[in-house]
Amino acid sequence: MAQEKQGHVTQPTETSNPAATSGKAAATGDPADGSIEDLIIVGSGPAGFTAALYAGRADLSPLVFEGIQAGGQLMITTDVENYPGFPDGILGPELMDRFRKQAERFGARLLAADVTAVDFSSSPYRVWVGADEYRAHAVIIATGASAKWLGVPGEERLTGRGVSACATCDGFFFRDKRIIVVGGGDSAMEEALFLTRFGSRVTVVHRREEFRASAIMAKRVLEHPKIEVIWNATVAEIHGDQSVTGVTLADTVTGEKREMATDAVFVAIGHQPNTSVFKGQLPLDEKGYLILKGDGTTATEVAGVFAAGDVADSRYRQAVSAAGTGCMAAIDAGYYLAGH
Amino acid sequence: MGANTVTLTDANFNDTISGETPILVDFWAAWCGPCRLIAPILEEMATEYQGKISIGKLNVDENPRISANYDVMSIPTLILFKDGVEKKRIIGARPKHNLVGELTEYLS
Repeated sequence: MAQEKQGHVTQPTETSNPAATSGKAAATGDPADGSIEDLIIVGSGPAGFTAALYAGRADLSPLVFEGIQAGGQLMITTDVENYPGFPDGILGPELMDRFRKQAERFGARLLAADVTAVDFSSSPYRVWVGADEYRAHAVIIATGASAKWLGVPGEERLTGRGVSACATCDGFFFRDKRIIVVGGGDSAMEEALFLTRFGSRVTVVHRREEFRASAIMAKRVLEHPKIEVIWNATVAEIHGDQSVTGVTLADTVTGEKREMATDAVFVAIGHQPNTSVFKGQLPLDEKGYLILKGDGTTATEVAGVFAAGDVADSRYRQAVSAAGTGCMAAIDAGYYLAGH
Repeated sequence: MGANTVTLTDANFNDTISGETPILVDFWAAWCGPCRLIAPILEEMATEYQGKISIGKLNVDENPRISANYDVMSIPTLILFKDGVEKKRIIGARPKHNLVGELTEYLS
């Protein structure tokens, strides 16, 4: 469920043991083949694969840790309408298949594994997957962000039983049912519009009195005959035994509570960066995003460690901007490796 | 569909899950991104744990009756059956080590 965000800025550690700082068991032995990689890329969304493509073409033969969320957030979307070069839109998973193939074509090596610990205190940098250790002269972090949860009673227990953070995954199961979408940004608008294909009624619950979504998305929602909006309200609790039957709504102005029947609650209240494994190794901001060095490149405070995509971007968070910074990170890593 | 997985349908479901050998049923659909992530993991497990468990695949688009009977409201959902009885339910994609860990008592 909703993890608390890191509340403080951390500095890279000089001598700390990564296994201790991350709480993960890590082997101290050599990697399987004893070699040191030029470049490890952690993550496989638009940023990770674009970095892999550029690094591959630069003969760096990058090793990419795809992770279980391979493909990133685009794997759980349907139509991507704003990726340039696809005038008719493209399905998110198909777009990511193409990214992946293009990276592989130029020699990126892909590992379907989640990184569990890192040590950036000395070079070569070390990355662990469970007990397996990998070493590299340079690392690009492109672990992206994940959906945030509400953190209210009933939510965790009923996840997969009416509570969801992925309309395209789970909307199908709520044909002719009553659906609530929580949130007011573009993701919430997309989820609500998509869910009108299935639900008998779609209700958007938003804590403010206007959406922060882009004008075009907000307009589509407000004008949709099947969608109603409840302003100034939050979901305080989710009810149901075997599956969701209703929610308690709390008015954010008056504090009044009321019950509302529903069969599904789709949570679309934003994202949090996937940086827990880097805590103590790299500086994070108060929301948990990686902080870049601020020299206009993708460099972090640790020389040779670069960041691309949503993991260091709380502002733009677009597939195309992630791909752009992935390209930058690969070029930055290339310069670093050449001068090292 | 891999060589070592069993394709389940509304028609053959009950017969297939009632065996003594545990069967892990993957409720999936072609449009489900996370389902595509775990498909190759399940293929590997079908090979590695052959004889211990079998892996069944049920397409929820084509087999709505069974999906509804088991209250599947999110995919991927993995349900482990033994002797026709639901023993374990895992909702959402997981890394392989995590899946193997959850199912360890049926794999050893």
